[in-house]
Amino acid sequence: MADRTPLLSVTELSKTYLSATGPVEAIRSISFDVYPGELVCIVGPSGCGKTTLLKCVSGLLPPTSGTVTLDGAEVTRPPATMAVVFQEYGQSLYPWLTVRDNVALPLRARGVPRAERAAVVERALEEVGLSHVLRTYPWQLSGGMQQRVAIARAVAYQPEVLVMDEPFAAVDAQTRADLEDLVRRVWKDLGVTVLFVTHDIDESVYLGERVVVLSASPTVVQEDLAVDLPAERDQLGTRALPRFTELRTHVYGQIQRAKRGEQVGAA
Amino acid sequence: MLSETVTSMTTVPGPVAPEQAPRARDGVRATPRGTGPRPSARPRSRRTRRAVLGFLGVLGFAATWELFALAEVVNPSYLPSFTTTARRLVAELGEPRFWSTLGDTLITWALGLAIAVGAALVLGTVIGLVPFLRRATHSTVEFLRPIPSVAIIPLAVLVAGLSREAALIVVVYAPFWQVLIQVLYGIADVNTVARDTARSFGLGRAQRLRHLVLPTALPYVITGFRLAAAIALVLTITSELVIGNPGIGRQIDLYRSAPDAPGLYALVLVTGLLGLLVNLGTRAIERRVLHWHPSVRRETPR
Amino acid sequence: MTAVRRTLASAGFTLGLPLLLLLGWAVATRSTTTIYFPTPARVGEAFVATWLDPEILGRDVLPSLGRFAIGVALSIVIGIAAGTVIGSTPWLRALLEPMLEFFRAIPPVVLVPVLMLVLGLGDTMRLAVIVSGSVWPVLLNTVEGVRARDPVLVDTSRSYRVRGALALRYFVLPAASPQIMAGIRLCLSIGLILMVISEMFAASSGLGYQIVFFQRQYMIAEMWSGIVLLGLVGVVVAAVFHVVERRVLHWYHGSREVSRG
Ligand SMILES: Nc1ncnc2c1ncn2[C@@H]1O[C@H](COP(=O)(O)OP(=O)(O)OP(=O)(O)O)[C@@H](O)[C@H]1O
Ligand SMILES: [Mg+2]
Repeated sequence: MADRTPLLSVTELSKTYLSATGPVEAIRSISFDVYPGELVCIVGPSGCGKTTLLKCVSGLLPPTSGTVTLDGAEVTRPPATMAVVFQEYGQSLYPWLTVRDNVALPLRARGVPRAERAAVVERALEEVGLSHVLRTYPWQLSGGMQQRVAIARAVAYQPEVLVMDEPFAAVDAQTRADLEDLVRRVWKDLGVTVLFVTHDIDESVYLGERVVVLSASPTVVQEDLAVDLPAERDQLGTRALPRFTELRTHVYGQIQRAKRGEQVGAA
Repeated sequence: MLSETVTSMTTVPGPVAPEQAPRARDGVRATPRGTGPRPSARPRSRRTRRAVLGFLGVLGFAATWELFALAEVVNPSYLPSFTTTARRLVAELGEPRFWSTLGDTLITWALGLAIAVGAALVLGTVIGLVPFLRRATHSTVEFLRPIPSVAIIPLAVLVAGLSREAALIVVVYAPFWQVLIQVLYGIADVNTVARDTARSFGLGRAQRLRHLVLPTALPYVITGFRLAAAIALVLTITSELVIGNPGIGRQIDLYRSAPDAPGLYALVLVTGLLGLLVNLGTRAIERRVLHWHPSVRRETPR
Repeated sequence: MTAVRRTLASAGFTLGLPLLLLLGWAVATRSTTTIYFPTPARVGEAFVATWLDPEILGRDVLPSLGRFAIGVALSIVIGIAAGTVIGSTPWLRALLEPMLEFFRAIPPVVLVPVLMLVLGLGDTMRLAVIVSGSVWPVLLNTVEGVRARDPVLVDTSRSYRVRGALALRYFVLPAASPQIMAGIRLCLSIGLILMVISEMFAASSGLGYQIVFFQRQYMIAEMWSGIVLLGLVGVVVAAVFHVVERRVLHWYHGSREVSRG
């Protein structure tokens, strides 16, 4: 891997919020690289600054210090080649637009011609299994369906980097499994680079090619772990592999240590 | 129903539901932590900055007025300068006659508001609690409510002459509907809440009132009161101007026909300040009475 | 069968009380001879004779309604345009907020004498009166609606680079539309009031002028018919607004119903 140049580099990133009650140090120092075509999961305890990290990565929030570079250029505002799926997926859909228009709006902003837009939107919605709800409004859909619309919007945007913030935190177990497989499929089919944030250890191991474990606040990288599971994954088989159990036990241990505040094996 | 998120907007003639928690419809925690354009600006300094800018805005307005008047874009006897007006305002404040005029206005306002709120509370409660009455009165209420209150000025004058009583008819009319609608919606909301929750089971009358009726209906009523207070003030001054019963409004019309431009502008400023005081006062009352309610609590951190 | 019964019942509830009131009015005015309260039939006659007369319609009613329409349209356009600029520019908002609060608190009617002094007695003054009073609710509600955008949607729009005119059309204005519509509803009722008021002073034509004229001439039935006409205008305006609002905010009402379950 070392011979390739990273697509995305986070270097000594730190963020301190200045809130009404005083400064809040959300991230102390985080560094990691993401290479083209990778699927990297970021896992960490609740409130450790995962969302903050993603907002800095996606150019929505200026870091207090440190840098984020994408394709060699420093990220200071939202880059054109990045799509974000937000944690509050229901709120991230425009309630006055239909499902189709929600997916199409970013493409309009980019100036994709109408005919091509329609085709891309339809394909993206088909990809997530929602071609039957084009004309519905997001608030008429269930939580899991709303989340799939948000994913379809990101997919239709045809980004180089797809950033997802705990996208499945609020859906039921069955939908969650389906959506996980959807993310793997999209990643493979489109060849995008995916940065996937979660607080679910199993999910991170099941999905990721690499898992970056964050410590509890003040947040640093606790461990950067390669996941050496077979590329073809399925919910029953993969999760039954002894290696899967080993990896998740390892990550679990790291997180427990992180919660106790021990700094072990930082990359 | 259109709920009025801007609690600061005065007279909304429609029913106004107290705002609930913001868009928590997907079960996802709905805590919008803003990442505004300048999230690292220190809040304290931001507040001072706002105050300073606001003060500059007021100064800017005064300066613009002054320059506009001095440049004599408009005939100076029609548009006195800001300083002339301000001096006149101070002079007025020193005169007992000004205060008795102001007192007249305030008495008409308070009387009108009290009658409107009292009548609306009683009628609203009765109608709201009896489903038959609620259905039977709906169309009539919806028809009478949008009738512009000034339409009844001639009628009021005919019936009561050029008097405070005539003014009161006008002053009571619109706020009455405003509060009535709010009371009706408040009670309807109590009914739904009572149906939806098991809370109402096994509660005594006093407890029901304490735990169900008041917390649910009170926000509507208080909001109605706040809106009504503003509308009543507007109508008080309007009727003084049009009907000619004693008060600031009539004094404004007298200064216009004199013509006494500085006096006219000074009194217009007074009405603005009066309106501002009423708005601030009722908002403070609302915040005090509803300090436990999300619509109020949410306002403070900003 | 039950559907028919239900329709009948709802018609009964809708028309029952108004008919009863009308009946009560008729009975009360038949037995006594108060000049102030003519019989409904007399008012109806006066209504047809006065307001449906082409001359009065063309000289008083239509010009009044025209001024109302233009004034309100101007208020809405100015209010939304200025409100959007102010609402999306934090320093401008901080600068103007106290002055806007003050202007909103001025009872609109007291600006009538001021505008009469400055602009004289023409149509310009009447339009200015309507706009000067009814622009504030639209303006302030737009400011508030534009300012209080959902932060998640703000982030969404930024990260998908939805900007400029596109953001205005598909994000900023729709997001503020519930508040803007609340402002417009107010704007309409204030505008109607000011239309009448602006014609009550030193005018020689218009709806407001005619009603005051009838009152001064003790043409009681005609005066009553004028009040009825104004009431009808108010009701029609409110009904039209209701229909438009339902259309514009269908997503808002829909999503609220869903969230209430
Ligand atoms: N706008 C803000 N102002 C002040 N403090 C903030 C702000 N946003 C986040 N924080 C604080 O920063 C810390 C990290 O928050 P963040 O939302 O990034 O965590 P997270 O890992 O995404 O949590 P979760 O797993 O619950 O999504 C928390 O302590 C939070 O309270
Ligand atoms: Mg988060």
